[in-house]
Amino acid sequence: MVQPRKPKLAVWKFASCDGCQLSLLDCEDELLAVAGAVDIANFPEASRAVAKGPYDLSLVEGSITTPHDAERIHKIRRNSKYLITIGACATAGGIQALRNFQDVREFISIVYAHPEYIESLKKSTPIAEHVFVDFELRGCPINKMQLVEVISAFLNGRNPNTPRHSVCMECKMRGAVCVMTARGIPCLGPVTQAGCGALCPAYNRGCYGCFGPMETPNTPSLSKWWKKLGANDPDLVRAFRGFNAYAEEFRRESEAHEVR
Amino acid sequence: MTSQIKSPPLKNCPKTVIDRAGLDCLFDSLRVRGFTVVGPTVRDGAIIYDNLGSTNDLPMGWTDEQEAGSYRLKKRSDKALFGYTVGPHSWKKYLFPPRQRLWMAKRQGRSFSIENNDPPENSKFAFIGVRSCELHAIGIQDRVFIGDKFIDPVYKSRREQAFIVAVNCGQAGGACFCASMNTGPKAESGFDLALTEILNRKSPYFVVEVGSAAGAEVMGDIPQRQLAEKDEQAAEAVVAGATSQMGRAMEVEGIRELLPDNPDHPRWEEVAKRCLSCANCTMACPTCFCSTVEDTTDLTGDHAERWKRWDSCFTMDFSYIHGGFVRQETKSRYRHWITHKLSTWHNQFGSSGCVGCGRCITWCPVGIDITEEVGAIRASLS
Ligand code: SF4
Ligand code: SF4
Ligand code: SF4
Ligand code: SF4
Repeated sequence: MVQPRKPKLAVWKFASCDGCQLSLLDCEDELLAVAGAVDIANFPEASRAVAKGPYDLSLVEGSITTPHDAERIHKIRRNSKYLITIGACATAGGIQALRNFQDVREFISIVYAHPEYIESLKKSTPIAEHVFVDFELRGCPINKMQLVEVISAFLNGRNPNTPRHSVCMECKMRGAVCVMTARGIPCLGPVTQAGCGALCPAYNRGCYGCFGPMETPNTPSLSKWWKKLGANDPDLVRAFRGFNAYAEEFRRESEAHEVR
Repeated sequence: MTSQIKSPPLKNCPKTVIDRAGLDCLFDSLRVRGFTVVGPTVRDGAIIYDNLGSTNDLPMGWTDEQEAGSYRLKKRSDKALFGYTVGPHSWKKYLFPPRQRLWMAKRQGRSFSIENNDPPENSKFAFIGVRSCELHAIGIQDRVFIGDKFIDPVYKSRREQAFIVAVNCGQAGGACFCASMNTGPKAESGFDLALTEILNRKSPYFVVEVGSAAGAEVMGDIPQRQLAEKDEQAAEAVVAGATSQMGRAMEVEGIRELLPDNPDHPRWEEVAKRCLSCANCTMACPTCFCSTVEDTTDLTGDHAERWKRWDSCFTMDFSYIHGGFVRQETKSRYRHWITHKLSTWHNQFGSSGCVGCGRCITWCPVGIDITEEVGAIRASLS
């Protein structure tokens, strides 16, 4: 019998730290199964070889920060049947979106000896601001099990199980004791999307918001409670300006606490 | 309320007295009978439920202070083993586990076969320190899971095998309101054994009430002495103490009409401004029973699994039907939750869905208080 052609998978990198791509390499046990199920056509962290498109599935890591990248993403989109963005950079602009709140030209003039060589956009933006995205996988970094789930779902033509509810649900389901209630530690879990399995609360830390805003984030109410726990406006600005600083609801909340 | 699983009735519940050594003996005797002994222990700043190796794992000398949105572990001045009130965990995590694999399927050419080849789990639990409100909560979940036409087999097997050692509350917590819900603080039925801890200065001891034949059989192994009148009085004083200290109260008169009759009350908007729709309340609640299923495949598509996991009426997906989400606003989700708990639960299951344990109040990250919300709506109408 003729084997059906294996789907062609490509991994693309934009402005990012490579951590999310590495999650794929980190899938030690599952990686062989992934390699068996797809043809890996492009994967910069694993190999320099690039196979020509079109691609059945493109995983895109990183945000758009340069005019060149803003062009490149369109080419990738045109060459991809499905395009899935992975990680906070690709889905929300990443930590580098902190520049969106400042004047980036000023940084460039201070940091670089020859600022005239630097071509950079004013803002770091998520991929979905530039092209149509089929699915966004959140996280900084993404959870490797969620990545395998999303790839499996794609290969089998089903919906991935990546719920958009709060981190709190994962926290309670794993039996962790709420750090905000039992210790008064400010936590972003109630407004953050699940996906990490409530990693930080399980180690007595408040959630840092790595997976971005949950489906219906009530950030003003949480901020009010944080203030009761002793946080001030600058603390709140910093808390909401993490890896998902430019995600709409987090951005609005941090701006609401900016002291002008 | 009586639980669906009836212990063989015992004529005039025999009572005896055991000391700490007797309690050690009880643990041993349960273990010898094949039970996994689970109960309260201190972990990560709270008293949670987990496996207990011995009575040394009990939270001796610890208590808790609870308020809306706040829980603090505190040292007691005595060596009480059960001197706390209910914490973030409830027994539902054992009877209705947060995640369960329902079945697996394997591709067989163009068809598939379903396999249920999980090895039989050891799910014979002895629960130590079950409070009266929690006995009622178990009774409510019995009604939901095994009290009607459709039976949840995992719940049934775990529930039928469970051995319940209740403890009468010696103090009520800041969020407790069992007295108003008529669910405590004294354990009346639904247990195999019920302990009342008497904190006399020399050596704390326990008055034991036997509630089932299984309880009587276990007690046969335990060194004990006869109950004296002063023990009985001391035990009564313990429970009276808790009753007099209820942190909160819920006025239940007319509550079945109050909430459904006021779907447009401005209070719903007000609570929605604070509510995070985080679902902590429903996760912590010992009666909330909602779950969803997730179907998953591996990469090859040759192997599929169906998992059941806790869900909550506070999530969007929960009310998703073809075409969209039914309860989009937080307002309608909170209103749905509290109305079901306190009103429509009666129509559906013949009782209230709330036992007054206060968990939803304490573990709400922004301190939303079910008694206060009902009180506010009631007050605005009178
Ligand atoms: S620790 Fe954070 S994530 Fe966990 S329940 Fe509390 S608020 Fe939610
Ligand atoms: S609600 Fe009543 S029975 Fe439950 S812990 Fe509080 S005092 Fe005890
Ligand atoms: S609704 Fe709240 S007080 Fe009532 S049983 Fe549930 S957690 Fe306890
Ligand atoms: S009432 Fe409290 S615990 Fe429940 S969903 Fe709202 S904020 Fe979360």
